[in-house]
Amino acid sequence: MSGGFHIVVCGSLVPDPLQTLEPIEGPNGPALKNEMMLPAVLDPWAGHALFEAAHLAKNVPGSKVWLVSLGPKAKLQQLMMSIAQKVSFELVAIDGSAGGFTDPFDVAATLAEAISKIEGLDRSRLLLFGGCASASRDSGVTMQMIAERLDIVDQFLAVDKLTVSDDGSMEILERIEAGRYQVSGCDGAPAMLGWATGSLPEPPNNPQVGMMNMRTVMPALQKAQAAQVGVGGLSYAAVELPKQRRETRVVKDTPAAEIAQEIVDWLKA
Amino acid sequence: MNIDRQTMEVDIACVGFGPATAGFMYTLSQAMTAEDGSVLLESKVMPGMPLQVVCYERADDIGFGVSGVVTRGKALRESFPGLDPAQIPMAAPVNEEQVLYLKDPLGKSRRNSGVRMLDRLFGLLGTSDHAVKLPYIPPFLCKKNGLVLSIGQFSQWIGNQLMGSGLVQVWPGMPVSEPLLEEGRVVGIRLVDQGVELDGTAGPGYMPGMDIRADLTVVGDGPVGPVGQKLDEHFGLPDGNHQDEWAGGMKFVVELPEDCTLQPGFVLHTLGYPEPEIFGFLYVFPDRVAALGIFVPSWLDSPVRSTYRLLQHWMQHPAIWKYLKGGTLRSWGAKSLQESGQRGEPVLAGDGFARIGEGSGSTNVLTGSGLDEAWATGVQLAEGVIDLVKAGEPFTRANLERTYLARRRSSWVEADAKIAKRSRDGFTRGMIPGLFGMGLSGMSGGRFNVGGVFRRPWERIPALKDYFRDQIPEQEIDSIVEDCRQHGKPLFEPLMDKLGWPPIEYDGQLLISHQDALLIGGKVQAAHGFADHVRFVDPDACNKCESQICVAMCSGQAITVSEGGGMPEFDREKCIHCGICMWNCTTGRAGDSLRSNVSFDAGSGGLHSAEN
Repeated sequence: MSGGFHIVVCGSLVPDPLQTLEPIEGPNGPALKNEMMLPAVLDPWAGHALFEAAHLAKNVPGSKVWLVSLGPKAKLQQLMMSIAQKVSFELVAIDGSAGGFTDPFDVAATLAEAISKIEGLDRSRLLLFGGCASASRDSGVTMQMIAERLDIVDQFLAVDKLTVSDDGSMEILERIEAGRYQVSGCDGAPAMLGWATGSLPEPPNNPQVGMMNMRTVMPALQKAQAAQVGVGGLSYAAVELPKQRRETRVVKDTPAAEIAQEIVDWLKA
Repeated sequence: MNIDRQTMEVDIACVGFGPATAGFMYTLSQAMTAEDGSVLLESKVMPGMPLQVVCYERADDIGFGVSGVVTRGKALRESFPGLDPAQIPMAAPVNEEQVLYLKDPLGKSRRNSGVRMLDRLFGLLGTSDHAVKLPYIPPFLCKKNGLVLSIGQFSQWIGNQLMGSGLVQVWPGMPVSEPLLEEGRVVGIRLVDQGVELDGTAGPGYMPGMDIRADLTVVGDGPVGPVGQKLDEHFGLPDGNHQDEWAGGMKFVVELPEDCTLQPGFVLHTLGYPEPEIFGFLYVFPDRVAALGIFVPSWLDSPVRSTYRLLQHWMQHPAIWKYLKGGTLRSWGAKSLQESGQRGEPVLAGDGFARIGEGSGSTNVLTGSGLDEAWATGVQLAEGVIDLVKAGEPFTRANLERTYLARRRSSWVEADAKIAKRSRDGFTRGMIPGLFGMGLSGMSGGRFNVGGVFRRPWERIPALKDYFRDQIPEQEIDSIVEDCRQHGKPLFEPLMDKLGWPPIEYDGQLLISHQDALLIGGKVQAAHGFADHVRFVDPDACNKCESQICVAMCSGQAITVSEGGGMPEFDREKCIHCGICMWNCTTGRAGDSLRSNVSFDAGSGGLHSAEN
């Protein structure tokens, strides 16, 4: 296709999945205990979207990738030191809560506004990428709401594969039930794709990519606007995490069927 | 094989982001630009721009896998005049210090006649909870007006300031494999290969480690860092220096029970239990959180020492457990400490490189202080570098000695290190000479000391049958060894059980299995595409090794006994990069008088906790 895509990836940080999470009642409603101290990673679904975006941009000349991130500025800065080594992008940073209890409606409004203000963004070439869900913040509705606000009607969720033809048309594989895919055709941009896992591995760290990204990341962080998200308007009746039962054993060479049976027995018990 | 590697040029490449590198980068960043933004320290690789300074850190984020400390904070306060501890998460001013001598409530530790006499002597002072509170803390141990800190949180705090300045860059998750040496000069560093199999051969997505060329390489990769090791290999240690004394520190970060009365800033040091040679600590942070743990030294001459199990016994000592019972684990970690102090000092500066921090021998083994000294050496190097850049002079050995080394040698770090240099030598002879030596050195300002008998760490580890003579019959030891080999089990458990150490009754909160400590507290992880960084150089030596002490002392149970015997197995996904395996090996490496049979190289992953 001529001119390439303008790919905007929405993605922010979530607590490192290895951490022990404990909900507490904070001044603005429910929150996680010591959330600012917990190590954070790029939301895994957003990560897949970012890697797919970079891969697509590399293969379609003239394309460009923006990463739009809403999160506490200090934590975003730290996160960037990890992901900026992976792929090339231009950061649009918004300083605000990345907590899992933030209203997706607020988040979508904030992100859509930030996207609409990106200088040089050609909406006719826009592919809006993000995770089909988030490890912390929503149940898979934020990306759709952003797309609605940006007047993008072609929306695809739980995407695992995107194939772009020379004329810019796209074939998209979306996950549906029973482990099958729905294959869709789309004439071209603009479109929204909420990614599942995609098919790309995490890229290796590349210091040159990191150095290149930092020329735009630090200025973007410095001019990040504060956003009022997650401050009222939504009340939670109750918040609790699933109860954990931990029985750690180290086993080697156990057949998968035996492990599966043991898990079934454990669940039944 | 000639591998085509990408190359990048910077002015200064730093290895490892700990307190020393943080001190270096902070000081340097403060001098790079004027208030109006004009450049004061100009880059050579990007003329017109400030110095291009990058730091590569192995851990997946800055502040992962470090430790809680108590520090006098002298150097920190010089860098941050008017420092308010409340600015740093989990920091508090020291408000009370205690030293407890712990008696053995179980009667299972190895207490020779000297230690038993010490038990009786201290007992005259009055015993409570099987412990004696010492009425006097010698000045050299006091941390009055100091701080208790989580180095993890401190590193993140300072790291955010550094990155926010935009003047320096810290890249975590990027291990450095080696220095680039050309004709005796360090010209930069080589990053590790990515996309490789466990044995290092190229795999899918192979990306050869990039060469980062720099006029100055700052090595702050700690006591077991691969770049420091390779520099020592190349340049050797200065005459008379050695790195034979080590300790494995392991600790928990604990949320104390609600009824705990300990106040933030409370500092407790212990000695005497679970073995006389083991020191313990407990530091209380704000919000009812404490860091606590033990140090197992290389001079605990036992073939079955296991830091984790010993830690669980230490926590259950009545004098400790009364504070902990009902608490919950928040974080866990371990590290190697280079206990040779100034005697372990390597070549500190050469053409194109300088060494700072713990790996440079800056830890004070008398005062038990490392963070402040490490930070100070980073500041001293930065001040030297600022002088040289302003004068347009190159980073030669002579210039770095004239600027960095001269500052270090004339500073309080050096003065204190000289007092401490021989203070711990007595421990190489035993617990009592060690304590006496520390006191003597500390009180006499280093003029008088108790001499030591130095041996390589592997020369200190006794054979099982010698160690358990008169306690376990030889045939029974043979039977236990055989059973463990056949079933791939570590030896220390049945042998400690046999000695009468009670099994740990798990409570699911603090008394938990080693694996659960990794999962709940350590959150250990390793990315794919990196090679194994622990190797057993001579498999035959492992076959002949009876105790396989590397298994017992492995902090993360990453090294395990091979079922059926033979060379131990290594699982990098459990490794926390403490490097304890390096000095817990019964065999010296053939043709290398400095190293054991365990090779500890650059690798990816480790702990995912910043509360340590």
